[in-house]
Amino acid sequence: MAEDLINSFMTGPDEQGRFGIFGGRFVSETLMPLILDLEAEYERAKDDASFWAEMDDLWKHYVGRPSPLYFAPRLTEELGGAKIYLKREELNHTGSHKINNVLGQILLARRMGKTRIIAETGAGQHGVATATVCARFGLKCIVYMGAHDVERQAPNVFRMRLLGAEVVPVTSGRGTLKDAMNDALRDWVTNVRDTFYCIGTVAGPHPYPAMVRDFQCIIGRETRRQLAEQEGEGRLPDSVVAAIGGGSNAMGLFHPFLDEPSVRIIGVEAGGKGVDERMQHCASLTGGRPGVLHGNRTYLLQDGEGQILEGHSISAGLDYPGIGPEHAWLKEQGRAEYVSVTDDEALAAFQTLCRLEGIIPALEPSHALAHVVKIAPDLPRDHIMVVNLSGRGDKDIFTVAKHLGVDIRT
Amino acid sequence: MSRIDDTFARLSETGGKAFVAYMMGCDPDFDTSLQIMRGLPGAGVDIIELGMPFTDPMADGATIQAAGQRALAAGGSVSRVLDMVRAFRRDDDATPIVLMGYYNPIYARQGGVDRFITEAVEAGVDGLIVVDLPPEEDAELCLPAREAGLNFIRLATPTTDDRRLPAVVRNTSGFVYYVSVTGITGGPAANAAEVAPEVARIRAAAKLPVVVGFGISTPEAAQAVAGVADGCVVGSAIVKLIGEGRPVPEILSFVADLAQGAHSA
Repeated sequence: MAEDLINSFMTGPDEQGRFGIFGGRFVSETLMPLILDLEAEYERAKDDASFWAEMDDLWKHYVGRPSPLYFAPRLTEELGGAKIYLKREELNHTGSHKINNVLGQILLARRMGKTRIIAETGAGQHGVATATVCARFGLKCIVYMGAHDVERQAPNVFRMRLLGAEVVPVTSGRGTLKDAMNDALRDWVTNVRDTFYCIGTVAGPHPYPAMVRDFQCIIGRETRRQLAEQEGEGRLPDSVVAAIGGGSNAMGLFHPFLDEPSVRIIGVEAGGKGVDERMQHCASLTGGRPGVLHGNRTYLLQDGEGQILEGHSISAGLDYPGIGPEHAWLKEQGRAEYVSVTDDEALAAFQTLCRLEGIIPALEPSHALAHVVKIAPDLPRDHIMVVNLSGRGDKDIFTVAKHLGVDIRT
Repeated sequence: MSRIDDTFARLSETGGKAFVAYMMGCDPDFDTSLQIMRGLPGAGVDIIELGMPFTDPMADGATIQAAGQRALAAGGSVSRVLDMVRAFRRDDDATPIVLMGYYNPIYARQGGVDRFITEAVEAGVDGLIVVDLPPEEDAELCLPAREAGLNFIRLATPTTDDRRLPAVVRNTSGFVYYVSVTGITGGPAANAAEVAPEVARIRAAAKLPVVVGFGISTPEAAQAVAGVADGCVVGSAIVKLIGEGRPVPEILSFVADLAQGAHSA
């Protein structure tokens, strides 16, 4: 551990937008002035009580926050070890944690006078959240989504269209989240004057990784307060676990606990068909190495010539060859541990939670649950573990049915 | 004095404009690409801009994206593009070569930035344009490349205001590449009347030649834009013919028409 060297893990990024060597502002000149404007506006908003008052009001009355911190008795009983709590982000309006961040960015876009909102989406959760908030504020919304994801997340595509958004299927590359982000950046650079790019995760050029993290930290702050209410004043979790694609739900849960050395922090990447040389996975931290993509330096899946590799995951929301730069830094600092689970393990955990707790989780947090299933039995009964249940699984039932060999399409 | 400086010095004696042609290295394959490249000086190209293929070219439109895909499918890479430059230099030691691309295949390639710079200099590269390295990231590649004698050519854009311009031109050498439209390559036509005052503004700040690119696809447009600048770049229009599998002489004949347009400005 690096506690001896670093006073706090919560001070980043620096003025260059770096977390150690990670992060930065690797964008074309056309976008640079806009990114600097955004940073300045965000710094102003952060210190503006009226900005946070509006956020709090929307979080409470529109999103339904705080989301419950739920003790999962039958899951705990079945695993026979750690006491497991679920942070119920799937109960938010739109069904995932994504809306926490979207509200913040859309309020910023309004402050900056932007009238056109673009977003990328993988599983469709960020796209739905963006379409929703744009409808709420009467803003034009265009969502870029990989053509492959349009197909495997059809319910969310329909939702976005109902909400008045234009969904643009992206056919470049393999048609997943990475390609959607490329096309969103191409749109932004073309329509730079009136357009706000609402990024869905803790990645992209500075200030996005820090800004999205700050908007998602409500998850960890609530968890801290709610656990103290339920387990006694001052009681911290012994471990916090979250799934990681880009890493926004994880960073939101982890960040308020970074300077609590007693809290073990575990990020779970999508191991796809196994983290090995076949590269049929999306585990950037466990199977990648540092590179520069989409505006930041971070761990990437790539070949020896620096060409980006297409990963694989059953979960569209984790199907991304990179990861937020702060996670890359936390890994190198040794403050957080990063593991991976396979598609099959995630599918099993998905079914376990349905059966034991009456909660249908999304495939993304099913990865976190799969790791919990692995480690909880060996932990003592007084070990408190909080898992971020970042989204609900309604959108995934077609994918799951297909993998279970059931035909539910009529 | 680099080959790029020599070229502009030669052109300025007669008031001539520079014609810069872009092609993607290894598109559609190494041999054809090298054959086209070798024909460019004879077609009137003053400076060759050679693309380095990347899987995720975020500043490029569909035409150059497709070229990168073809190049990658044919085994193209930064290493192979450097091989092209070495092969080209065996017969031509005068025409400036600027490599254009994205940072990751330079940074994350085995050996990283140091090896890339050493090999680029040794191969006979004169300048670099790296789209996703703004001045804020100069320590990454710009400064070590300049140290090694390479020109680092920056993009200035319609969003580069007077506040940013000094930073944008500070470590630039060779020439400044003015991106005539906000957007990606292969987009709408550049408007010479709108470009003219921007070129004057940038030239005054940079004290370097200003070459205009993006949205130039015909000899007439090359003439109009070069007329208000020190030269112009054509990329997508050439790459499109390569993508259609046209014979090399036909491609070079189109390039010659473009060059004539620019030179008649």
